[in-house]
Amino acid sequence: MDIVQSAKRNIDEMRKTGGRWRRFFDSPASLNLMYAPALLLFTVFIYYPIAQGIKISFTNWNGYSAHYSFVGLEKYRYMFTDMRTYKVIINTLIYGLGSTLFQNILGLAYAMLLNTKLRGRGIVRTIVYFPVIVAPIIMGYVWYFIFQYDGGALNDIMLALGKEPIDWLGNGPRAVWLITLVNTFQYMGVAMVVYLAGLQAIPKEYLEAAEVDGASGFYKFIHITLPLLMPAITVSVVLNIIEGLKLFDVIVSMTNGGPGYASHSLSTMMSDLFFAGQDAGFAAALGNLMFVIISLFGISSLKFLRRKEVDL
Amino acid sequence: MSYLTMFIISIIHLIPFYILINLALKTRQDTGSKWMPPDYLYLKNFADVWTQSHLASALLNDLIITVCTVALVVFVGVLAAYPLARYPTRWNNAIYTLSISTLIVPALTVLVPLYKLVVDIHGVSTYWAMVLVLTTFFLPTVIFLYTGFIGTIPRELDEAALIDGCNRYEIFFRIIFPLLKPVTASVIIIIMLGVWNDYRFSLFLLQKRSVQTVPLVLSQFFSQFQNNLPLAAAGSLLSMIPMALIYLFLQKYFVSGLAEGAVKG
Repeated sequence: MDIVQSAKRNIDEMRKTGGRWRRFFDSPASLNLMYAPALLLFTVFIYYPIAQGIKISFTNWNGYSAHYSFVGLEKYRYMFTDMRTYKVIINTLIYGLGSTLFQNILGLAYAMLLNTKLRGRGIVRTIVYFPVIVAPIIMGYVWYFIFQYDGGALNDIMLALGKEPIDWLGNGPRAVWLITLVNTFQYMGVAMVVYLAGLQAIPKEYLEAAEVDGASGFYKFIHITLPLLMPAITVSVVLNIIEGLKLFDVIVSMTNGGPGYASHSLSTMMSDLFFAGQDAGFAAALGNLMFVIISLFGISSLKFLRRKEVDL
Repeated sequence: MSYLTMFIISIIHLIPFYILINLALKTRQDTGSKWMPPDYLYLKNFADVWTQSHLASALLNDLIITVCTVALVVFVGVLAAYPLARYPTRWNNAIYTLSISTLIVPALTVLVPLYKLVVDIHGVSTYWAMVLVLTTFFLPTVIFLYTGFIGTIPRELDEAALIDGCNRYEIFFRIIFPLLKPVTASVIIIIMLGVWNDYRFSLFLLQKRSVQTVPLVLSQFFSQFQNNLPLAAAGSLLSMIPMALIYLFLQKYFVSGLAEGAVKG
């Protein structure tokens, strides 16, 4: 036989039976290499730090020196006996659950309003969504100009109405709710967009059939729209809860946790303890607490909402 | 009636920006109401903030970090998403769940030990450390979006390519990847937004002024110029411009990614 022909036959045979490499690259298992880089990044920058964070919370490290010692549960004891901790936990919950509530209710309302053939709805959508692209820390400053005691826009109105100016951000609980509202203002556009997509995915036939049967708008909403929106609601609510509990930038720019510690969330307090308080152990303990709280709320809300999803 | 509601909503949502623009155009001495526009044209605030806060270098830093992070996170993410979407073995599903649940980890919780790690590897105030950290934290979102989308591509395509003699990697790069363009556009937009506007990672990891990004530089500028609000307002406005421009021209990419994620779950 010709040399070329026999060479070709050899190559063909090799292709068919293949060496070990060829069989490996043909198998699905080889693909598992593809997520190796991702796993590597997670391990180095997230899982390892989590483990280290637990270890640091048992020390009195100040964040920069090479010397520190183990102090056991002292940081945790300090954390749970410090009254500030409970205030901060409640603030964090308000930021998380409050934002989620307002964002989703308003977002859904806006989506329903815009889910029509009105002209100009594109413009409204653009305007409502716009704040999403602003850096949250800047958004905080923008609203600070409005809520400022000295010459803030709101107090300008108060003066024009002949009333005394109010120190809007100077009162702890009020500041917390105002920050929650600012966060809502900034991100409700996201909820609106998600619900708009969800609403548009509802087959019109269902709503029309219900109308023929004499259903009122309210009935249609509760029994058709809402159940079919469940996937969108789940996504929006769970992500909002997680992001809201993590709130950081906007708090720093509006009140920086003040007055005193009144408007700190777990995250801003952690940052303050680390930079200003130089107590890395306490900060780490708070960080672990935050992780536990967010996991609890995130996972339980996911499970709760998933169960409510209707299969068509 | 609905038109009226839409109009009122638009006005309410534009008010903060109106006040911002108003403030930025005033002089420092102007103590008139924040609601009345100035009856003079004063643009010096913008020039002042540009030079005094070194916005130019901050913008450059932001650009470098954003481009590198987006490129890396899309590459690593799409690579990871393919096997997780196509081959739901028990092991793969566990990895998928693990990746997604990393979203729950608050950046602040790991920021203390993460800072120590970055210090130990001499990564503080460097571009590469910042890019790696940001990539890691945005990876769950990217993996989530890509696995969702890849799930909608029919498996028959893979099979057909296999029969034609492609190996698994060729299937991915030559056939699946080009089909991912629409999602890639949305992913790029979402990540770009998150990285560009990031404050907390910059705060911890970028200590040297020369590498700091826009949000960080501006917030420091604010602390410095607390009693010169018009200047601060001008700075805020300038910082919004890059993203605002991208938003106004590429709106549909901002919106479609979210919508798809929500409806496909």
